[in-house]
Amino acid sequence: MLSRHPSAPETSQSTFEPRIVAFFCNWCTYLAADLAGTSRMKYAPNVRVVRLMCSGRVDPQFVLDAFAHGADGVFIGGCHPGDCHYQEGNYKTLKRYHLLKRVVKEMGIEEERFRLEWISAAEADRVRTTINQMVEKVRELGPLNLELKELDKAHAEEVLV
Amino acid sequence: MPNKPKVAFYWCASCGGCEEAVVDLAEAILDVVAMVDIVFWPVAMDFKRKDVESMADGSITATFLNGAIRTSEQESMARLLRNKSQLLVALGACSHLGGIPGLANLFDRAGIMQEAYVRPPSTINAEGTLPRTHYGDNGHSVELPAFHETVRSLDQVVDVDYYIPGCPPTPKTFLAAVQTLLGGAPPVKGTVLAPDCALCDECPRKDTKPEKPVFTEFKRPQQMLVDEEKCLLAQGLLCMGPGTRSGCEALCVRGNMPCTGCYGPTSRVRDQGAKILSCLASLVDSKDETEIDRVLSTIPDPVGTFYRYSLPGSLLRRKRPDGARQAPLPTR
Repeated sequence: MLSRHPSAPETSQSTFEPRIVAFFCNWCTYLAADLAGTSRMKYAPNVRVVRLMCSGRVDPQFVLDAFAHGADGVFIGGCHPGDCHYQEGNYKTLKRYHLLKRVVKEMGIEEERFRLEWISAAEADRVRTTINQMVEKVRELGPLNLELKELDKAHAEEVLV
Repeated sequence: MPNKPKVAFYWCASCGGCEEAVVDLAEAILDVVAMVDIVFWPVAMDFKRKDVESMADGSITATFLNGAIRTSEQESMARLLRNKSQLLVALGACSHLGGIPGLANLFDRAGIMQEAYVRPPSTINAEGTLPRTHYGDNGHSVELPAFHETVRSLDQVVDVDYYIPGCPPTPKTFLAAVQTLLGGAPPVKGTVLAPDCALCDECPRKDTKPEKPVFTEFKRPQQMLVDEEKCLLAQGLLCMGPGTRSGCEALCVRGNMPCTGCYGPTSRVRDQGAKILSCLASLVDSKDETEIDRVLSTIPDPVGTFYRYSLPGSLLRRKRPDGARQAPLPTR
């Protein structure tokens, strides 16, 4: 379960701060995020980065679990096509992403909340711009309100007619 | 028969197939009846709710409850039977993971009511009359159970001790589970009483499964002549076998139809739909985005396919409530 970031206020519409879970691959996007940090680039602090060895390690269960536990968006960063350290992990990610996006959309989650980007180790600026874009987009969309405790609460408070 | 274990059967949101599976034990049911004392089984014998209410708490050794939980009546029966039973066993896919009735979680209550009572072309309901929980007329009153917004699996309502998977569980699965429970060494609480490996492991076509099947199209059985010997994945069919628990002895595959996943996931998987999606998508034979989309578009209904029996028990459980889509209009 994700804990609320101390600086993130309660999610009412006026003070909503998006919470985005990002899965970055060890060889490209994570290094780019590292470079963005050492280059003193500033980007929205709404992203919680999880480092994985390969974007191909992103089990679709991780994405759904993030949404089910309070993430307002999920961002996957991997190596450009052809650049995967493990030859074809990112292609597997691409295929899963396309199918999972359809499932996510059908479950009532806007597709802009789920994004895949190829970011090489040199593209620190791309980390900044894509994260900023996504945070802004999710801010516009508002909170997802999908936490399971919300669902249980709704069930307990349901007025039966 | 004072020392025989007392057993109860009950059904909630289900089709009756699980009860049928118990009856399908045929002669073996005599062994079961010899081993236990059936104290409640509304589908086959005349018992009433008050008979259960009058029992002492914990006096039923095991209750086998099939069906998901949708109405207030089902919820209250599940709670009552939980209190009266030492063991509560979820019998069948609906009770285990939500089952086919759980697909209604793609819609909300209002949409379902409209679809059932107002919109059908054969229905004339100009006043939009919908079922009510209470109706009074001339001093008489009638009560109906309330209809919840969301379908739940049994363990989302009460504590469940064991699960027997399947839609329905095969008589062999059911009998083996009963024998396990009556045996001296009960398994760990929460155990799904079926083998814990994927269906491919017991599939008669296992030897024809390629090391890595690839897809240029996901075919459906009615679109082709299906080879009766060869692995269905190798023939381009969407078979849920790799993401489904074994125990049914590959009944559907033996009938030349792909597995649809009714035994649920193995113990290492939390969300069956996500996992089989992951498996099948990565087998698409292309690295080009447009082509990947084309191949994947041959799966017309990913949620209904991958979560056919497990939507309420999945990570997301239901379609996001405030964005719940309208039930589709029937084509006239």
